[in-house]
Amino acid sequence: MFGEGILKGLAETARNFLGSYVSKKRLTTVQYPEQRLPQIEAYRNFPFLVYDGDDWQQGLRCVSCFICEKECPPKCIIIEKSTDKKPDAVGKLQFYPKVFNIDVSVCMSCQICVEVCPFDAIKMDTDFELSSTDRFSGLLWDKKHLAKSNEHYHKIHPTEAAAVDAQLAAERAKIAAKTKATAEAKPATPTPPANANGAGPNAANQPVPTATEK
Amino acid sequence: MSTATEPVRILPQSPANSGSDSGEGQLLEVSMGPQHPSTHGVFRMDVVLDGERVVRLKPVFGYLHRNHEKIAEHETYLGSMPYTDRLDYICSLTNNWAYALAVEKLAGIQVPERAEYIRIITAEMTRFLNHAALIGFLTQDMGASGTPLMYAFRERETILDLFESLTGARMMCNYMRFGGCRVDLPAGWLDQAKKFAATLPRFLEEFERLLATNEILMARTQGVGVLSKEFAVNAGVTGPVLRASGVNYDVRKVDKYGIYDRFAFKVPLGEHGDTYDRYMIRLLEMHESLKILNQALQDIPEGPIVDPKTKIRGFRPKPGEAYGRIEAPKGELGFYLISDGTANPYRYRVRSSCMMNLTVLEDLCIGHNVADVVVILGSIDIVMGEVDR
Repeated sequence: MFGEGILKGLAETARNFLGSYVSKKRLTTVQYPEQRLPQIEAYRNFPFLVYDGDDWQQGLRCVSCFICEKECPPKCIIIEKSTDKKPDAVGKLQFYPKVFNIDVSVCMSCQICVEVCPFDAIKMDTDFELSSTDRFSGLLWDKKHLAKSNEHYHKIHPTEAAAVDAQLAAERAKIAAKTKATAEAKPATPTPPANANGAGPNAANQPVPTATEK
Repeated sequence: MSTATEPVRILPQSPANSGSDSGEGQLLEVSMGPQHPSTHGVFRMDVVLDGERVVRLKPVFGYLHRNHEKIAEHETYLGSMPYTDRLDYICSLTNNWAYALAVEKLAGIQVPERAEYIRIITAEMTRFLNHAALIGFLTQDMGASGTPLMYAFRERETILDLFESLTGARMMCNYMRFGGCRVDLPAGWLDQAKKFAATLPRFLEEFERLLATNEILMARTQGVGVLSKEFAVNAGVTGPVLRASGVNYDVRKVDKYGIYDRFAFKVPLGEHGDTYDRYMIRLLEMHESLKILNQALQDIPEGPIVDPKTKIRGFRPKPGEAYGRIEAPKGELGFYLISDGTANPYRYRVRSSCMMNLTVLEDLCIGHNVADVVVILGSIDIVMGEVDR
């Protein structure tokens, strides 16, 4: 019979329509912003800078090594390195970024800066409601805007943050053990703390560091 | 666009068209697009019409040109990976795979088994969502406003949620890496995927009941835009469009890239090469994708997901050249790379399946009505992001 196929299709539509009164699963629309879906843990949107401790200026993990600036595909990261060194969260003297800007109108959230960072200093945020009335300075995020605490990182990506913390703790323990061993081996000549191991600022100056990560 | 109406102009009568049987002998040149809702992006067709019938058709593209290939020559090898997401933005994971395959060939990197399985799972999910969305768009082009499209998008959304929990993004996944994948499957992902795969047969049945015997769909597609076997091969058409014409050519079977030789699946072939066959091929390929997906979800082994020897920073393959190709949902997608030993490729070229398939558009459309042009274009399945690059 001509029109049978159409009727069959319409029966399917009717089934879906009536089914939506029976089964809540058929109602797939979520009334954003009143209703919200739970955030998926792996979700990423725009990077932020992690800091340890309470003071964001002191605790920034970034040592301005320029790797992320170089590797960023759309070149949206702008870094200016400091001329002096300041103690970081664990008290080691480090260079720090005098300027660290991310142009989020250019950033495409590809996560490559996170992958290449040898210091676990830059991570992906999950905030997506970011509209701004100013398209120039409102979308050029500076160091202060980007700095977020390690607790925030734990809150948004708990599994990933725990792994990073464990890795960092292991690295620090290894370095501490090495420093202790060298100090015991040569007790007569005290070495300045910044040069006690090669992993810190010296490695940061090289374009392609290999020491910190396997 | 300032004017909603397309420019229309009457062509002068020429000796060539004075003998046409329309009686009036006047041709009308219509510019369809580039902001036409039926053109699947910013794509323009200069159509010359004799009444309702198409006499000539010139595809005009380039409106979405983003200089992808030249930008890639100034990026590191890894830096091009997020840009490949934006080629065919519906299937970013297969684009990732094609590029990763080319670089792996260039640098001689081996991929661990688990990563190969993850790649196949994600690629077949991508194929599924692409074909489902395409059938939705195709019926939308025929005037079935929304219903099949929304049914398809409901399933697509579930797949995108799976992608998001795996890769961190719904569409711009940036997931594959040279020598494997970026992150391992999160806890519970496999169970979720299996549960989802179990619901798919029901969706396919529903989708088939909804459309397959629909008389309007048959009247609009059968015998429309016939692509002959010989012409399809000569024109370099690949993918479902080629197979709808009856040519048995699937890179998954020909190259057996990855570990496709381990999976039992068939390659559906069309008979007539018309729009209906192209539609049915997609439906059948979704069934085959589901078969592969189920096998892969069953067999996926434990193990590393990335070759530990590949470097993320300072990746410099030896001088040489490589061409990596895969069966993307739209056809053969290939990346051709030349390395001169530096961190950037010396030459980077994309063999875009959409663009190659689009070149036969004129030959498919000539002699058909204007309304059929829209349907034929929909059945070729283009994404302007990949056509223009």
